[in-house]
Formats: sequence, structure tokens, C-alpha cells
Amino acid sequence: MATAATPEAVEGRIVEALASFGPDVEQVTRTATFEELDIDSLDLVELAQIVEDEWGVELKGDDMKSLKTVGDAIDLVVARAS
Amino acid sequence: MSSTERRGCALVTGASRGIGAATARALAADGWPVGIGYNSGADAAAAVVAEIEAAGGQALALGGDITDSAIADSHFRALEERFGTVLVLVNNAGLRRDNLSPQIKDDDWDAVLDTNLGAAFRMTRRAIPSMLRARHGRIVNIASVVGLRANPGQANYAASKAGLVGMTKTIAAEVARRGVTVNAVAPGLIETDMTADLDGELLKVVPARRPGTPEEVAACVRFLASDDAGYVTGATLTVDGGMSA
Repeated sequence: MATAATPEAVEGRIVEALASFGPDVEQVTRTATFEELDIDSLDLVELAQIVEDEWGVELKGDDMKSLKTVGDAIDLVVARAS
Repeated sequence: MSSTERRGCALVTGASRGIGAATARALAADGWPVGIGYNSGADAAAAVVAEIEAAGGQALALGGDITDSAIADSHFRALEERFGTVLVLVNNAGLRRDNLSPQIKDDDWDAVLDTNLGAAFRMTRRAIPSMLRARHGRIVNIASVVGLRANPGQANYAASKAGLVGMTKTIAAEVARRGVTVNAVAPGLIETDMTADLDGELLKVVPARRPGTPEEVAACVRFLASDDAGYVTGATLTVDGGMSA
């Protein structure tokens, strides 16, 4: 695991990962929805892989389906990692 | 940047002989370091590695039973450590346990489905995340003409190979937008150890009137693994002397 899963670290890495999928980094706010950001299911699969590599948190398909916003993803990872 | 300029490698399952060995040699000739997956043929796998190295290529023999669910991860880890990301996966390992349907035992059904289809899925599942991140990947599944047309006595084999064709199409559609292609090659009667027991009767339904060679199948895999095949995905390429035409 590369970094401790502090809320700040998780937010930073998730925002960076999502921005790498297409949207401008300033668009990737906690309240932004994946739909607005044009983040699709395959992007979320890739995000899940990054989260697992980084913090050892395994996100299953059902976990991903329930996520609507960037904040949802950050909160889920922080909760699972603690 | 061409595929072989990327730091990466190829994995061919069932590569100690036949179509798998020919494919491994062809990919190595294209510059890919190649993982030579094998189960029982350790000596034959070592010979393929030696042959590739003698020709100036790189290869690594990877032994293990691919019906073991842990084997995909151990093969991939070994290759990632030695050569980098696996950017080409050829699911070739397969077996036959032929019989007319009433005489196919549960074990014969399960073994053929798990080796030919289940293991190919597990390998593919392990391969995809790294390919998605690399924005490049080539998966080629070795199906069979028997997955496309009937051959009495091979219900289990046919089901596994038709399953591979369906899996190929579906996963191809899932990952296409990341530069990852998934295709199948469907050989007909090919001269290998696996078909040595098949009699001349089968040749009568081959318009070319001769069996194919492992190298002729490998040439198709080599193309599908290349940069030139970047817009080919979800396809099944028959290599069967016209048998399915």
C-alpha cells in the first residue's frame, strides 16, 4: 500500500484517477456525478483496481453500482480502509 | 509507439506443443517476450523456450494446471516481474474427451468446460485490468470450427469452443474503447498431437483436402496480436481449409 488512507489522500488519488479518464480536474468535485463527468462503468472498474492496488480495498460490482457521485466513492473507500 | 516498443510481454497457454508452441514462436519473432504456459510437458516447454532464445528472443516456461484458480495470478505475476505487463494473451490450452452425448460423463463434461472455457475466462479476467491501464491489449482465444459446425462425439468440446466465441464477442464489446481487442481463431483439422487419432474421414469435409499446420494458425494469431489488427475485435477468424464455408 502506497499511502495511508486518510480522507485527503483518498480524495487526492481518486480525483487524479478520474481526471485521467477524461474530465478536467476542476470538474471533479465531491458533488459531481459520474454521469456529469461522463465516467462510465468501465472507468469505475479501472478506479476499483487503482483503489485495490493503492489501499487493498476491494470494491465489488455491487459496491460500484451504488456510487453516484465522486464524494460517494471517496467516502466508501475511506470507510472500507479504516 | 508499436506494441513491442511498449514494455510488455505475451502469454500463450498450452504452448509446449502444437498450435500453442507455433504461436509462441511467431510472437517471439515479432519481438514479444513470451510466457510458455504448460501443464505436463515440462521438457517440451523448455525446448520451446530454448528455441526462442536461440533465435534471439526471450521466453519463460510457466508450469501449472490452469483449472487451478490460482494459476492465472501466479503466471501473470511471474511475467510482470520478468518482462512487464502482459499485453498479449493467447488462450490456447485445451483438451478433448470425446464421446457421443449419452456416454459423456459428468467428469468429462466438467473437465473440458473448465479447461477450455473456464480457465480462458480466468486468464482473461486477470489480464484485462493491466491492459485497460495500458490502453492497449490483445486477447486471442483459440476456439474451433467445432464451435461453429457440428461434429458428432464432441458435445462437450463444441460447447466449450462455442462458449469461447460468445465470451470473445462480449468481452470485446466491454473493453473496445480502451484499445483492447478480443478475438477468436477457429482452427479446423490441424496436424498436431491432439488430432493424431482422428482418421482420414474428417478430411473429406475439408475443401482444401489437407490438414492445416500449427504455423498457419499461428500466423493468424500473430496478425490479431499486431498493431495492424487494432480495428478487428469480437471477430472469429476461421482457419479451416474451408471446412465451415
